[in-house]
Amino acid sequence: MALLLNEEQQYLKDTAKDFVQKKAPISHFRELRDSKDETGYSKELWKQMAELGWAGVLISEEYGGSDFGMVGMGGILEETGRCLVPSPLFATALLGASLIGLGGKADQKKDLLPKIAKGELTTAFALEEGSRHTPYRISTTAEKKGKDFVLNGKKTFVLDGHSADLIVLAARTSGGIEDQSGISLFLIDSNSTGLQRMRTHMVDSRNASEIHLKGVEVSETKLLGELDAGFSIIEEVLERGQIGISAEMLGNTLEAFDITLEYLKERKQFGAVIGSFQALQHRAAVMFAEIELTKSSVMGALNAVDENSNDRSRFASLAKFKAGETLHLVSSEAVQMHGGVGVTDEFDIGFFLKRSRVAEQIFGSSDYHLDRYATLSEY
Amino acid sequence: MSDIQTFREETQGWLKKNCPPEMRKPGDVCWGGRNPSFSHPDQEIWLEKMGEKGWTCPMWPSEYGGGGLSHEENKVLQEEMFDVGARPALASFGIWMLGPALLEFASHEQKLEHIPNIVKGKIWWCQGYSEPGSGSDLASLSTKAVEDGDNYIINGQKIWTSNANYADMIFCLVRTGPQEPKHNGISFLLIDMDQPGVEVKPIKLISGKSPFCETFFTDATAPKSNLIGEINKGWTIAKRLLQHERSMISGMGLATGAGSGPKKTSGMAELGKKYAGTDEKNRLADSQLRAKIAKHDLNSRAFGLTLQRMAEDAKTGGPSATASMGKYYGSEQNKLRYEIMLQAMGTKALGWEGEPFTPEELAITREWLRSKANSIEGGTSEINLNVISKRVLNLPS
Repeated sequence: MALLLNEEQQYLKDTAKDFVQKKAPISHFRELRDSKDETGYSKELWKQMAELGWAGVLISEEYGGSDFGMVGMGGILEETGRCLVPSPLFATALLGASLIGLGGKADQKKDLLPKIAKGELTTAFALEEGSRHTPYRISTTAEKKGKDFVLNGKKTFVLDGHSADLIVLAARTSGGIEDQSGISLFLIDSNSTGLQRMRTHMVDSRNASEIHLKGVEVSETKLLGELDAGFSIIEEVLERGQIGISAEMLGNTLEAFDITLEYLKERKQFGAVIGSFQALQHRAAVMFAEIELTKSSVMGALNAVDENSNDRSRFASLAKFKAGETLHLVSSEAVQMHGGVGVTDEFDIGFFLKRSRVAEQIFGSSDYHLDRYATLSEY
Repeated sequence: MSDIQTFREETQGWLKKNCPPEMRKPGDVCWGGRNPSFSHPDQEIWLEKMGEKGWTCPMWPSEYGGGGLSHEENKVLQEEMFDVGARPALASFGIWMLGPALLEFASHEQKLEHIPNIVKGKIWWCQGYSEPGSGSDLASLSTKAVEDGDNYIINGQKIWTSNANYADMIFCLVRTGPQEPKHNGISFLLIDMDQPGVEVKPIKLISGKSPFCETFFTDATAPKSNLIGEINKGWTIAKRLLQHERSMISGMGLATGAGSGPKKTSGMAELGKKYAGTDEKNRLADSQLRAKIAKHDLNSRAFGLTLQRMAEDAKTGGPSATASMGKYYGSEQNKLRYEIMLQAMGTKALGWEGEPFTPEELAITREWLRSKANSIEGGTSEINLNVISKRVLNLPS
């Protein structure tokens, strides 16, 4: 398994780093937050990102993408994660493109993927219904009525749900509430009658919403994949999502750590820079070790998708476990090591603490993946 | 056919012909030396074959008896050896620590004298670094070497000398410049253990075993040609060798082979199931223990990937300061592994000897005690965290 970037992948990541630092430094995120921006991201910026080909990294060339794979996507997410860049990259270019690319029929792919690749169509994945990751506990229903389905229920924590053009929604078409079979995926226009979106203002300003469905009518042609068989698509997309968000969290971690190291080298107390104190040095060194392990886990997992490894599921849990643990540690220590200024809104470091806790909840916390890893390892 | 494919086929052919059947099973590895002991006749044959080929040190230059293989070829060799289940032909501090330092710092003549013997396992080497008064503060060492004609006369004491009671030679840090600032008065000297001025006393450890010794020098001698590098410049060599030592110890954190192969369940999880039982879903019944094992497995796997990534990333060659990261994490992981095993086994892991404990259980108890030295030997965890802070993170002193 390759654990280093090849030349092309490195080039893509370097381009992303350069772009993010010039066009979307952390101040860009702060402005959007302070102005309570309605969309929550800059459409102009997303257009530029799409022009760089980022929206089509996971889309095959046949449909206008670059088919650069998860390693390519991970490099970009790491760099946007460094500066907390709000954009449809995760919900659309990773989740949406994967859902349609893996589950869609030929005409759906032909219709939707080129639009995603061009940055013209944004998507959101409406899966969760509770406040903790329980992907198969689905009580939202889709009942057959002629050539349509009628949907009723409520979805929570839908990333980009408030702004996306197209909602990919998991609903129960048969079976009991916890059954893995009987789940179907639907492509729903976000302007559909009976569909109500309520933006949720998260502590870290990550874009999300609730989605309420009351008698929403959807044509059977909008079914993604086979009836009752959404599970396998969801599973594969969730794993990509877990790995992708881990790459973003690695970026969060690296930036928070860099900012903190810089602070340790400049802040003086007792006549010395505080970074000369062993009490802080050892904690910084432990963080360094954990970050190195996280890098390898994320890189291994990204490659596991591209190489179609039969151990992909465990890699996904490894990446999300490690990314969650390490970001949690580093963002907490970062605030503590900054002392008083660490808890002020003026300093950026608090952003990482907030981002950490929300990102940890996306598609399963570290505890969730610890349990999942043990189960997958048959113990 | 590509060159590497040709090499693979040749290697397969060679192993088929030369790797004796007994060496294709797991078991102990010999340490060589002037009076080597072999637990099986095949061990001797295997060492001889591998030594001739230079494959005990596959990537060392063939000029000095090494295998002369490229990184890629070495990978093929390891894969093919793994494939036939071949155990290593030789275990040696000469391979893991001294050799790499000699290749970097010794003269051509010194390399010709010592490297081939390391490759063929003709000399058992031990390490003379720590002293009773110089542990973490290694550079304060006081064993002295004084010039006397063509020789050095050595007086002083070393401690924690691994296997000194079996070793033929010792690579030793000695003070040659007593007036110099402490780091600038140290030299790197090779000393023969087989002489009247060298005395060895094994040290009994908490595990009941004696892998380490005290080594006393009373007017011991070594020829001047055994000085490696320049006089009083030994600290540079000492530090580099420590990196090799730390990289070697790092590997221990991986000992479980955390289920990356075809077998999914780690050895520790199997042990947990055996002693703590399973529930109706065949999960480990003790949920706290299950979580601890899973966390350890995950971290072992992440650590294994990290060692692999660092090896691939060593474009410039040789271990860097990141060896300290590996040493720190690997030894802490290994200690934790034994603590978790103890927790899984309960009092079964707390016997000292005799019935009703099985030999395997008793071995785990002793290994648990042995593991406590992991984060002390070769630089304590705290020293390694210091190295990371200063050399990697550039935090000021």
